[in-house]
Amino acid sequence: MAADVADAGALASTAVVRTRRNQLLKQLANKNLIIGGTILLILILIALLAPWLTPYDPLEVDPQSALQSPGLDHPFGTDNFGRDVLTRVIHGARIDLRAGLIAVISPFIIGVLIGTIAGFYGGWADTIAMRAVDIVQAFPGLVLLIFLVSVLGPGLNNMYIAVAMFAWIVYARLIRSTIFVEKNKEYVTAAKSIGGSDWRIIGKHVFPNAVIPCLVFAATDVALYIGLLAGLSYLGLGERPPAPEWGAMVAAGQPFMVTAWWISALPGAAIVVTGIALSLIGDGLGDVLRMDDR
Amino acid sequence: MTRSRYIIRRLIQMIPVVIGITVIIFVMLRAIPGDPADSMLGEKSTNEQRALMRKKLGLDEPIYVQYSYFVRDLFTFDLGDSLKYRQPVNDIIWDRLKVSLTVVGVTAFFLIVITVPLGILAALKKNSIIDNAVRAVLTVTMVMPTFYSGILLIIIFSIKLDLLPVSGYGDSPLDHLKHVILPSLTLALVTAPYLIRILRASILDALNSDYVTTARSKGLEERRVISLHVLRNALIPTVTLFGITIGGLMGGTVITEKVFALPGAGALLIESVQFRDYPTVQAATFIFAIMVITINLIVDIVYSFLDPRVVLS
Repeated sequence: MAADVADAGALASTAVVRTRRNQLLKQLANKNLIIGGTILLILILIALLAPWLTPYDPLEVDPQSALQSPGLDHPFGTDNFGRDVLTRVIHGARIDLRAGLIAVISPFIIGVLIGTIAGFYGGWADTIAMRAVDIVQAFPGLVLLIFLVSVLGPGLNNMYIAVAMFAWIVYARLIRSTIFVEKNKEYVTAAKSIGGSDWRIIGKHVFPNAVIPCLVFAATDVALYIGLLAGLSYLGLGERPPAPEWGAMVAAGQPFMVTAWWISALPGAAIVVTGIALSLIGDGLGDVLRMDDR
Repeated sequence: MTRSRYIIRRLIQMIPVVIGITVIIFVMLRAIPGDPADSMLGEKSTNEQRALMRKKLGLDEPIYVQYSYFVRDLFTFDLGDSLKYRQPVNDIIWDRLKVSLTVVGVTAFFLIVITVPLGILAALKKNSIIDNAVRAVLTVTMVMPTFYSGILLIIIFSIKLDLLPVSGYGDSPLDHLKHVILPSLTLALVTAPYLIRILRASILDALNSDYVTTARSKGLEERRVISLHVLRNALIPTVTLFGITIGGLMGGTVITEKVFALPGAGALLIESVQFRDYPTVQAATFIFAIMVITINLIVDIVYSFLDPRVVLS
C-alpha cells in the first residue's frame, strides 16, 4: 500500500518533469526565437571566422581598385581607399558584436546589485537608489553618453564606462520591482521564519527568480548598445577609422552616397540585420517567459 | 488628493533631480585632468584670463563654494564664452535650439500621422496581411540606426526623386520647413514602431474588456463602440509614451542633425565636444536635461487629466 503510493508519487513526478521538459522545448520552438537565434549564430560564426572568410585585408589600402561597384571580385564593392567592403563588414562583426556584449556587462551587474538592495531592504536604500535613477533618467541617454565621452575622451573603453554610468537604471528598476513582488511571497516568509539570513534569502530564493527578466532584457539591450556604439562612431566619438566599425564605415561612405552607395549602405545593412536578429530573440524570450508565468 | 496638490508634489520631486543633474555636470567637468580654468578657457588663453576665470570659478575656495558659483551661473544663464566661437554661449545656443525644436515639432506631427491610423488598422485587422505587414516593416525601421535610415531617405527623396534638399537648414521659414522634413521623418520612423505597438496592444486590450462587451450587448453600433469606448481608453498609454518619446527626441536629434548637417543644438553639442569647448558642452547638456524633465513633468500633468486615478493614489 505504502509502496503503491510511493510509486504513484514517483510516476506523477516523472510525468510532471516530462511535461515540463516538453513545454520548455515547445516554448523554445518559438518562431521568433528560432529565426533570430539562427541569424545571430551565423553572425557570431562570421565574426569568429572573419580572417578565413575573405582573401582581402580589412585595412590594406589599394588605390588601384578604389570605388569599384559590387561585382565578382568584390561582392560588396570597394571603398575610396580600394578596400573590399565585404571584408570590412565581416571584420566589423568582430568589433560591433563584441562591443555590444562587453557594454552590457557592467550596467547589468551595477543595476542588478543596486536594484536588489533597493528592492529587498526598501526604506532609505530604496529612496536613494530611486532618486539616483530619476536623475540619470533626466538626461537624454545619448546626450549624457556624449557628455561623458567628451570628459573621458573618445574610444571604446571610455564608451563602456559611459554606458555603465547611465544604463544601469533599467536593470535596477526592473529587478527592484520583481523583488518587491517576490519578497512578499510565501516562500520568503517561510525562509525568514526558519531564521534564514538576509543574504541567504536573497541569494538562494529571491534573486534567482527576479534576475531572469533582467537577463532577457540584457539580450535585447545588446542591440541597443551596438546601435549606440555605431552612432558614437558615426559621430567620430567611438571607434576611429580606419577600424572597420560599421557606424564609422557608414560615416566614411556618406560623402560618396551619390556615386558609390555601397560604401555606406552595406555596413548599415549589417547593423540592421544584427538588430533584427536580437529583437526577434528578445520578442521570443518574452513570449516564452510569459507562457512560463501561466 | 486634489490635482493641484499632485502637481505641487510633482514639482517638489523635481528639485532633487535638478540638483543631481548639476552635481553630475559639476563633478564630471572637475574630473577632466588639469585645471578647470584651463579646460574652460582652452589652450590659447592668456595668464590674465586664467586668473580671472580661477576667481570666477572660485578655485581657491572650498569645493562646495565652487559648486554654489557653478549653480548660480547656470541658473542666471551666465553660461560663459564659447571657446570655439569666441562669443557668449547664450548668443549661440538659443538659435540652435530653435532648429532642434522645429525638428522635434515636425517629428511629433509625423508620429501622430503615422501612428494613429496604422495602430488602429493593425489592431482592428489583427493577424491579417495588413497587421503582419505593418509589424514586419516596423521591426525593420525600429532597429535601423537614424544615421542609416537618414542616408537612405536622402538617396531616395533628395537624390533619386529630387523632391527635398539634401542637407542644411535654408534661409526662409518655408525653406526651413522643407529642410526639416527628411530629418523629422527619419526620427519618426525609428520611434513610431514603439507607439504603434502600444496603441495596437491597448486597443486589443480594450476590445476584450467588459465595458466593450456591455456597449455591444446594449446594441451600440460597432463604429460608435470603437470611437467612444475603445479608442478613448486605448489612447491613454499611447499619449504617455508619446510624451516620453518627445522627451527622448531632444537627445535623438543629435545624430540626425549631423546626418543632415542641420545647425541644431545637438550638432552644436557634437562640435563642442570635438573642439573640447567645455562651456558650450556644459550649457548644452544642462539645457537638454532641463528640457527633458520639463517634458516629463508636462506628460505627468496631462496624464493626470486623462486618467484621474493617478491623482488619487
